[in-house]
Amino acid sequence: MIQINQLSKKYKGAELFSVKDLDLKVEEGEIYGLLGPNGAGKTTLISMLTSLLKPTSGTFTINSLNFKEHKNQLKQLIGIVPQEYALYPTLTAYENLEYFGSMYGIKGGALKKSIMQHLEIMGLLKFANKKTATFSGGMKRRVNLIAGILHQPKVLFLDEPTVGVDVQSKNVIIDHLKYLNEQGTTIVYTSHHLNEAEVFCTRVAIIDNGEIIVEGVPSELINNQAAANNLEDVFLAKTGNALRDYA
Amino acid sequence: MHFAIMHKLWASTYKEMLLLLRDLGGIAILFVMPMLLLVVITLVQDSTFKTISDIKIPVLLVDNDKGEVSKNIIDNLSESNSFQILQKDTEEEAKEAVFAGKYQLAIVIPESLSTSLQKKVNQNVEGILSKFGLEEDSLLVEKETIPVKEVRLYFDPATQVSFKSSVKNGIDKMISKIETQSIYKAFQSELGEDEDESIFDTENFIAFKEILPTKNNEEIIPNSAQHNVPAWTLFAIFFIIVPLSINLVKEKNQGTFVRLRTQPVNYATVLGGKTIVYLGVCLIQFTLMLLVGIYLFPAIGLPGVDVTGKLPLLYVVALFSGLAAIGLGLLLGTIAKTQEQVAPFGATMVVILAALGGVWVPVFVMPKFMQLISKISPMNWGLEAFYDVFLRNVSFVKILPEISLLLLFFLLTILIAIIYNRSKNAV
Repeated sequence: MIQINQLSKKYKGAELFSVKDLDLKVEEGEIYGLLGPNGAGKTTLISMLTSLLKPTSGTFTINSLNFKEHKNQLKQLIGIVPQEYALYPTLTAYENLEYFGSMYGIKGGALKKSIMQHLEIMGLLKFANKKTATFSGGMKRRVNLIAGILHQPKVLFLDEPTVGVDVQSKNVIIDHLKYLNEQGTTIVYTSHHLNEAEVFCTRVAIIDNGEIIVEGVPSELINNQAAANNLEDVFLAKTGNALRDYA
Repeated sequence: MHFAIMHKLWASTYKEMLLLLRDLGGIAILFVMPMLLLVVITLVQDSTFKTISDIKIPVLLVDNDKGEVSKNIIDNLSESNSFQILQKDTEEEAKEAVFAGKYQLAIVIPESLSTSLQKKVNQNVEGILSKFGLEEDSLLVEKETIPVKEVRLYFDPATQVSFKSSVKNGIDKMISKIETQSIYKAFQSELGEDEDESIFDTENFIAFKEILPTKNNEEIIPNSAQHNVPAWTLFAIFFIIVPLSINLVKEKNQGTFVRLRTQPVNYATVLGGKTIVYLGVCLIQFTLMLLVGIYLFPAIGLPGVDVTGKLPLLYVVALFSGLAAIGLGLLLGTIAKTQEQVAPFGATMVVILAALGGVWVPVFVMPKFMQLISKISPMNWGLEAFYDVFLRNVSFVKILPEISLLLLFFLLTILIAIIYNRSKNAV
């Protein structure tokens, strides 16, 4: 589904590459986790795959299409749930979703039906007509997720979809993502919640300094790492204990 | 495909409308402040430029002459209805009061001005008559040197140049008239005629008549409202740059623009929605300001605005001026990164464009270089088009050049915004 070849990104004025000569293949129907410490290059990689950033070098295809030649087709094919809430605070949840759904070309009854269904699944139906400025972090995250999946994308990119939310909201989000995956959506997601990734992802890649350190099925990675009991142990073993502060 | 774009454009427009309607404070500022601005400016300017009947400027006068000329000056100043004459005993006293800012102006009439003027005039008249051989003892009298007399004017340093010039011109004219009358009188006296009998007509022979454009054989008389409504309406229309560019920057900062960039919608469609809504705002602003001019101004003692037969053309000008302002706002919003950048920059830019456009000072009195620059200010094109319709009573064809420039400006700014956005976010 996603084929990445020698993809690199170096920001203007930066000394180091944020993503360096990265090769990656994500199969259709996978839930693929991109894990790594802060500044590892996860968000940069997702930004390139979703047309937000121009790669310095390298290529990639999604569903055999590349962005240069099939920009609008690809945009219709993918869904994005950014780390920021990316909502209009003075619009209601319904109005936000109606607008973002319209931008995918969905209209009329189909759009309304899709919004209502998703709001119901996410437990937000009774808040449909409330302004999102009044929502809690968990509620905003759920609306943020719905905005990226209204058009039933074939590939869904999620950047830290459960960051800063309570356990209840996190469960609803993860359950719905699993449901979408069962319906055929390929998911690529980044997270710092390694326990969550361990049970949620079919495969993960641990990235550091813009390069993939290790990649595989979570249980296999744990088994292959000496003295590792979980994915966090693997993560620390591969990326070290040093703080990754950067500015 | 076309239908899909229209659907997205409509959705963008609807969203922009909702965003605007949810910001009641913002709407109030958008509509109330321009009206307030118009009323205040017109009130101030109306009292400045109309024939002053109810406002008298207090002027200090020191009469060291106490003769016929000073009496003439005092009488003329009093009759002008513009000044309230307050006599002071000494020049020093008057000077101090004016330089302290208590009064705008002090006039000091020099000692023996009347006698010196009379002597000078008599000397000149006698000189002329002797040339004609009418003066019997002309060769025997040696010419006395009469020193030049100066009427001193003290102005408060804070007084504006235009006020100073008009006062100086007025006094100069008055003194010239007194001199002329003295010359005529001297001639009359030398010719041995009775001074009370009027043989010379001292009134101005050359008069001025102002010819104004006519409509249905009636002269269109411009007043302060006819000047102010278009000028300040245009100023208000261009102020749309500030909220519009902030709106765009907000989209970037709150992350919604990032989401839009990942969606199958082009930037032109996003800008299109904003253009439609803010153009509506401009036209509502314009309507409200016209209503203020037509109904509120007469109610508060200001001259009303006459829009008879001009409304369609006025709306055409407002529409294209609005487009130009929106184009500039969208370009600024596209380039700027923060609200702190765009708000002061946008506001200052509007003030500069207004100054260049001739909103405050007419373009023809600007230095040549500034006149050239003003020609590239969209506010100048809009103002000229408004004046064409409001004051020059022209047809649609005559305003075509100006509205074409406004439209071109809109298209150019939008094009630059789209290209800039593409170059910044190209994948």
